[in-house]
Amino acid sequence: MSSFSVTDPSPRSKWFAGTLVILYALITMVPLAWIMLTGFKSPSDAISYPPKVVFEPTLEGYVNLFTTRTRQTDEYLQANPPKTWYEEIVREYDMVIAGPSKFGERFLNSVIIGFGSTFLSIVLGTLAAYAFSRFKIPLADDLLFFILSTRMMPPIAVAIPIFLMYRQLGLSDTHLGMILLYTAVNISLAVWLLKGFIDEIPREYEEAALIDGYTRFQAFYKVVLPQAATGIASTAIFCLIFAWNEYAFAVLLTSGTAQTAPPFIPTIIGVGGLDWPAVAAGATIFLLPVMIFTILLRKHLLRGITFGAVRK
Amino acid sequence: MSESTATRAAAATPPRVARKIRGLSDRAIAWLFVGPTIFLLLAINIFPLIWTVRLSFTNFKANRNRPIEWIGTRNYERILTDSDIWLNMQATAHFLFWTIFFQVLIGFTLAYLINKKFKGNDLWTTIIVLPMMLSPAVVGNFWKFLYQPQIGLFNYVVGFFTGKDPSSFEMLGSVDLAPWSIVIVDTWMWTPFVMLICLAGLRSIPDYIYEAAEIDRASKLRQFFTITIPMVLPFLMLAVLFRGIENFKMFDLVVQLTGGGPGSTTELTSINLKREAFEKWRTGYASAYAIILFVTVFGLASIYVKALNKVKER
Repeated sequence: MSSFSVTDPSPRSKWFAGTLVILYALITMVPLAWIMLTGFKSPSDAISYPPKVVFEPTLEGYVNLFTTRTRQTDEYLQANPPKTWYEEIVREYDMVIAGPSKFGERFLNSVIIGFGSTFLSIVLGTLAAYAFSRFKIPLADDLLFFILSTRMMPPIAVAIPIFLMYRQLGLSDTHLGMILLYTAVNISLAVWLLKGFIDEIPREYEEAALIDGYTRFQAFYKVVLPQAATGIASTAIFCLIFAWNEYAFAVLLTSGTAQTAPPFIPTIIGVGGLDWPAVAAGATIFLLPVMIFTILLRKHLLRGITFGAVRK
Repeated sequence: MSESTATRAAAATPPRVARKIRGLSDRAIAWLFVGPTIFLLLAINIFPLIWTVRLSFTNFKANRNRPIEWIGTRNYERILTDSDIWLNMQATAHFLFWTIFFQVLIGFTLAYLINKKFKGNDLWTTIIVLPMMLSPAVVGNFWKFLYQPQIGLFNYVVGFFTGKDPSSFEMLGSVDLAPWSIVIVDTWMWTPFVMLICLAGLRSIPDYIYEAAEIDRASKLRQFFTITIPMVLPFLMLAVLFRGIENFKMFDLVVQLTGGGPGSTTELTSINLKREAFEKWRTGYASAYAIILFVTVFGLASIYVKALNKVKER
């Protein structure tokens, strides 16, 4: 754009706008930065007044997050000197590590359910989106609206019968149950987003492939899928983030084997009340992948958010 | 279109290839592709909804094993005449109104500033967007720590700027402040969403409109009110719709922050519903409640969409 353009803001207003936006961005980051800092504090530093910005970093929070600990007698402690650095940290409180905590399991559940439901949403969503985009389906608009409107229901309202249904089918607190549920929630958005991406691929490509002797199936996965790859990837990230963050269904329908991290992290309790550094450590491990993803894939993600909203 | 082209092509190709093309008819493929999605939605969305409707006319309790009794519309009557539920509705309305108010105000301002296209604006946009990508439950739980009266960072910062003693006020514990504490966190988290939609709206305005206005010597202020605002309005209204629906369903963030307390000052309808359904186990009653909420959201949303379409037509 030339510097004479009348619509280009003046350098001064650019500078002013930039300062305000950066100021807002910095303020908005404070709570997130505080989570990460608190993860490296000792429990007493975490609750000191005034709040400490400079402190001696320790991995206590992380050790507490991944372990369960018990108090031991002096004789026992003297007879068994600590062997590893994390045992040494625990020894400062006259404790020994009794075993791993449940955090690792819960985190793994989040990974399994997140990726499982994302995979299923994408497979089903891509097929449905392709059909809606390319074939004449009776009542297509109504079906699409129906698919989208399922997102308006409050999760708790759906949770009552699902709770009863899962209890009957033996799906409560199972990975499969949660994967199916998150897929059902995600698929509406997936179909909408993917249909938009597939609509943008010219039909001529497939027609050429059909003339070359491909079947519809071959044309679909050899011509359309590679073209839609970027769209599929950004849709997948949305599904993954939703499943990763979901709390309401997780807290109501899981309690043990299939519990994900979001209902678990707030229940981390240390000696004498909440162990904030351990909670912060857990939150950091859980939130950091999403933050990194967001920053790395910002172009696709930001487009996806507005795209989903603006198309309707 | 494609079908006719494909058919013509099939007619012109040797029979062996033609058979391959026909393999499955397009219609069969269409149903094969859409079928699983529709099935899943029927099984996990629609069937449960119908079941909820059925349960709402009974006195069923999910934690007891007694035969279901049909009690007609008694659940509905009890809910609509219950004054506590109206208090929950008021709490929800307060939350909805103020979160949307602040998010629109701040979100639009930010979008307007970012649209000045200063250097590095896309990176800063991404940083601003971070909170909305994160798990509300986990973040809400941590905000509880920031809101602690003596040790919390929030209280410290407020105290630092206003001179108030940081231990003199409890954001989550006091009846006056708790409704605002949830508004603050929700605004922090979801302003970026409104901002992104507004930004898409601002970017959709072609430059030539402003150029024409400039030639006509319209002042910047006049351009803002006669071009920018009307053209962004449909986008803004859409953002409000999405936030409205989402915040009407609000559960995770507020449950973690206040759990509905103190008393029931922040007990939004979803939290109240969860209490009835999964703590008091009044399944039938809660089902009726769920249906009332669903109808309310659906009704309000449809009226709103009608208004939105009118704005778009102008």
